Amino acid sequence: MPLLEINDLTVDFKTGSGQFRAVDGVSLSVDRGEILAIVGESGSGKSVAMLAVMGLLPWTATVSAKTLSFDGRDLLTLTPRERRKLVGKDMAMIFQEPMSSLNPCFTVGYQIGESLKVHLGLSKSERRKRSIELLEAVGIPDPERRLSAFPHQLSGGMSQRVMIAIALACRPKLIIADEPTTALDVTIQAQILELLVSLQRETDTGLVLITHDMGVVAETAERVSVHYAGQKIEEQPVGPLFADPHHPYTAALLAALPERATGKRLPSIPGVVPGQFDRPPACLFEPRCRFATDRCRTKVPPRQGAIAGFALCHYPLTHGRPIGHPHPEGREVAA
Amino acid sequence: MNAPIVLEASKLARFYSVHRGAFKPAATIKALAEASFTLEAGKTLAVVGESGCGKSTLARLVTMIEEPSEGRLVIGDTDIVTADKAALKRLRSEVQIVFQNPYGSLNPRQKILDALAEPLIINRKEMSAADRKAAVLDMLKRVGLRPEHANRYPHMFSGGQRQRIAIARALMLSPKILVLDEPVSALDVSVQAQVLNLLVELQESLGLSYLFISHGLSVVRHMADEILVMYLGRVVERAPREKLFEQPLHPYTQALLSATPMADPERQRERIRLKGELPSPFNPPRGCAFHPRCPLAFDKCRVDRPELTWHGETEVACWAVERDARVA
Repeated sequence: MPLLEINDLTVDFKTGSGQFRAVDGVSLSVDRGEILAIVGESGSGKSVAMLAVMGLLPWTATVSAKTLSFDGRDLLTLTPRERRKLVGKDMAMIFQEPMSSLNPCFTVGYQIGESLKVHLGLSKSERRKRSIELLEAVGIPDPERRLSAFPHQLSGGMSQRVMIAIALACRPKLIIADEPTTALDVTIQAQILELLVSLQRETDTGLVLITHDMGVVAETAERVSVHYAGQKIEEQPVGPLFADPHHPYTAALLAALPERATGKRLPSIPGVVPGQFDRPPACLFEPRCRFATDRCRTKVPPRQGAIAGFALCHYPLTHGRPIGHPHPEGREVAA
Repeated sequence: MNAPIVLEASKLARFYSVHRGAFKPAATIKALAEASFTLEAGKTLAVVGESGCGKSTLARLVTMIEEPSEGRLVIGDTDIVTADKAALKRLRSEVQIVFQNPYGSLNPRQKILDALAEPLIINRKEMSAADRKAAVLDMLKRVGLRPEHANRYPHMFSGGQRQRIAIARALMLSPKILVLDEPVSALDVSVQAQVLNLLVELQESLGLSYLFISHGLSVVRHMADEILVMYLGRVVERAPREKLFEQPLHPYTQALLSATPMADPERQRERIRLKGELPSPFNPPRGCAFHPRCPLAFDKCRVDRPELTWHGETEVACWAVERDARVA
C-alpha cells in the first residue's frame, strides 16, 4: 500500500467572480523511500494539491476526492484535532520562502523545540539535545550557539536548513518540499538538494518535490508527474520522461529549455496558461498545441495507459510523433 | 575585435558607506571593485554570479543611475566621469535598462500608451502627440503586442507580456545599449523562451548591444558572446562563451557550472562541493575572497589577492591557475 494515495482530487475556490477549479481530478501516489517530483508552471495547481493534503487551504476552498489517504488513514474524514496530531509529525512540509516561513519573534531553538514538545512530549533538556542533533544533521556549524539565534541573523541557505530541521524533527514518514530551493543561489541550491536527498535515503522517508525547474527534476527525482492548468497530464520515471515525453506539453516544455536548444531561436510555446475565464472546453492545452485537431476542441481527452506515460491526450507522442494523428507533422501555432 | 566598442570600463568601482548603529563607525562596502570590460556593438556580454557579487551595482553604474567611486567608464566616445550635463543627458537615452520584475517596474495607474510615450515626452520635446502615438504603436508591434493593447493597464497583462512592455519602453529612445537585469528569471519556462527569442530578434534587427545580467547559466549560455563571472564584487574570470563552458579555469566558475542543474538525467558528473556560504561583504577574507570555500586554496591564496591575468583567450584571477600554468 502506498504511503500517500490521492485519487481524483479536485479543489475549487470561491472567488468574487464565481468558482475557480485550481486542481482538476489529480491522482498520485507516493511510496516510502521514494522521490516524486511534481512539475508545472505557475497556475498548474501543483502547490494547491499538496496544501489540500496537508489541510492548509483557506475556507474558500472546497476539497473533494475519491480517496485521500495517508499511511492507511483517510484524510477526508479526519477531525481537525486528529489532523493536528498528524501534520508536523508524520507529514511535514518545507516551503519556498525560508525567510518568511520562520517566525521572526522566536529563536531557532524554540521553533524546532515546538513540535518536539507538542508531538513527542520531550522534556526541556531532551528537546535541547535533539535540536542540536537536528541542526548538526542539516549541516549548520556551531549548532549550540545557533539555537539562540533569531531568523534575521541567518542567511537564506541557513534558514532553509533550519526549515528542514523543523520538518525532520519528529522523523516524519512523508516530507512535502514546495520549491525548497527557488529562492536560493545555485551553489547553495546544490547543497540543500543534496542534503534533502541524503536525509531522505537515510530515513527512508517519502519525498514530494514540487518545482518548476526541469534541471532540479532531472537531478533529484525518481518519478515525475507533470501538471498543466490543474490537471496531471503525464507521469513517468525520470529517465524515460526526458528521453521520450508522451504529452505534447511535456515535449514542448523540454524543447523550450535553453540548454536543449540547437539554434539561436528557441522553440517556444505560444500563448499562456488558460485562466479562469478562457478555459477551453475539452483539452486544456489545445490552444497552444501544435498537434491540436477538431477532436481536441470538442472531446475531453482520455487518460492513456502506462506505456504512453498516462498522458491526458488524444494523440500521445512516441519519439516526437503523435500516434493516430491525421497530420503527424503538426502545424506551426501562431504566437 | 572588429566590431566597434560601444562601452568600455576600466577599474570601475563603487563603494557604499553603511552605518551600523550609533556606537559603531560607518563601514565601507566595496560592492564592486576593479571591474574592467568592453562591450562591442551588436554583441552580448553576460555577467553571472550569485547574490551579493556586485552584478546589479554594475548595472546601476552602466545605466548612470549611480556614479562610479573610482575608475573610468566610456560610453560611445564620452567618458562619463568628466562629461558635462548635456552630454550625460544624451548618453542616458543611449543606455536603457529592463528590470527583473515586470510586475513592479510598470506603474499600475498608467496605460501602456502613456508608459511608452513618457520617455518621448521628456526627451523628444519636438515630437507631436500624433507622432508619439504612432511611434508607440509601431514599437508594440515590434515586441509582439497588438495595437489595442495600448489602452490597457499593466494588470491586464501576463508576466511575459509585461516583460515585453518593459522591453518596448526601454527601446522607445532607440538606445544602443540595453542592460538586461535578470530579464527572464521571474518567468515560466514556456514564456521565458518567447522573451529570449524576442531579445535575439531585436538584437539582430536593431543592432543592439546587451549587458545581460543573470544567475541562470543555461540562459547565459544561450544568449552571451562573452561572459564575466563575478564573486564578492570582483571579476574572477572573463572568457568567450564556448571557452567558459568547455574549459572553465577559475575554481568558482567550475563550481558554479557543476552546481547548475541540467535537464538531463543521464548526465554523469562529479559535483564540486562548495563548503560554506558567501562571506560577509563588511569583512571580506584577506587575500583571494574565494579562498575559504575554494577546494584548491593554498598558503598564497590566504595572503595575496590574485590579479586578472591572461591564459589563452581567458582572463582569470587565481593563484592555483597561475601556479599550474608555470609548471606546465
